[in-house]
Amino acid sequence: MLLDWIAASLIAIGAVFFVAGTVGLLRFPDIYCRLHALTKADGLGLALVAFGVALLADSAGEVFRILLIWFFVALASATCGHLIARYARQSGEGDAHD
Amino acid sequence: MTDPLILFDLLLGVSVVALAVAVMGARDLFAAIVLFVIFGLLSALAWARLSAPDVALAEAAIGTGVTGALLLKTLHHLRYVTGQLDQFAAPGMTPAEPVPMGVIAANAAFCGLITLGLAVAYLGAPQGGPGFDALVAEAMPQSGVEHPVTAVLLNFRAYDTLMEVVVLLAAVIAVWQIERGLSDAPSPDLGQVWQGFARLALPAIVVVGTYLLWKGSEAPGGAFQGGAVLAAVGLLLLLSRAYVPRPAHRGAARLLFVLGTGAFAAVALLVTGGGRVAFQYPPDQAKTLILLIEGLVTISIAVTLAALFHGREPVALPSRRDHHDT
Repeated sequence: MLLDWIAASLIAIGAVFFVAGTVGLLRFPDIYCRLHALTKADGLGLALVAFGVALLADSAGEVFRILLIWFFVALASATCGHLIARYARQSGEGDAHD
Repeated sequence: MTDPLILFDLLLGVSVVALAVAVMGARDLFAAIVLFVIFGLLSALAWARLSAPDVALAEAAIGTGVTGALLLKTLHHLRYVTGQLDQFAAPGMTPAEPVPMGVIAANAAFCGLITLGLAVAYLGAPQGGPGFDALVAEAMPQSGVEHPVTAVLLNFRAYDTLMEVVVLLAAVIAVWQIERGLSDAPSPDLGQVWQGFARLALPAIVVVGTYLLWKGSEAPGGAFQGGAVLAAVGLLLLLSRAYVPRPAHRGAARLLFVLGTGAFAAVALLVTGGGRVAFQYPPDQAKTLILLIEGLVTISIAVTLAALFHGREPVALPSRRDHHDT
């Protein structure tokens, strides 16, 4: 029962970070600030949600799969953030090589 | 007591419809594609909530992943390669020539007819009836597989699946005919972080795609989901320029395009005779035949989708070819 409460709190805190990241995405002035809010807050939110869900998992195999999902989503979103920032910097400087 | 998840389901349903409206209304084509991808992901979630994990996997892998990549590639092609969209125009611009009203009206009429047909079919069907569950469950021992969806797709109604594979084949043939005269699109250099990501993700995608195919006979998954995931390997290789299609590879590519359709049709015909009709596999060999078809169809789907992403037949063109060679 205690484990359920800990898991629920972790997921709830993770959701708060997602909401904060989304507010940042909508409210911040330029693309770099928005990316900063989104990648940092969502990365932490994802880790908290994954940790909370892993506590509720039935078997070691499920925990392992959640861990894999966390790893690859974190990797992909970090790469996406980098690619968007890179493109913005290159096109923003008037550098035309796409 | 009502299910507390009903609130979540309602929100999900409203979001899916709202996103569909937003996709149609978006003026910026890039924004429309991004909204379409989000629409696809939420649709996949909705299918999962409807206890249809097979459809959810297909929607996520094909309807969202591969289709999103194809749409983005097309936009890039129109903006920077053929120049049909002015690349210097503000990003919020739609094409200079608006779509003719007649085309819009015809599309709307067709969509309306389909919706009407679905509504008639749904309202005309017996409500709350048993459906085909009992029939499928009864025939499962003869199907050769343990997962009912795979049994329906590759045994009981295999000709539907054969037609889907033929559609993909027809698509890639059409693309290779249409784009014959164009030169290679200079693919953007995505940098070292991307290369590192591709190197880490590639083996994982191969494992996931093969796993989806392998699990298909007993659990959600199968040829289309596995093939779409494996097509991502092709996309990564093309985007990383680790693989550059060359004219000499066309023969092998054509062979891989027709492999799935050919094997599927051949098996369907070869099992006939002795009182059996096409697709009526002998029960003791059904599993082997289904796995054979699924394996070959997966390869064809993966190669075809990757080729569609590349977008044109690799023909030798006199100009701009040395651009790509390293």
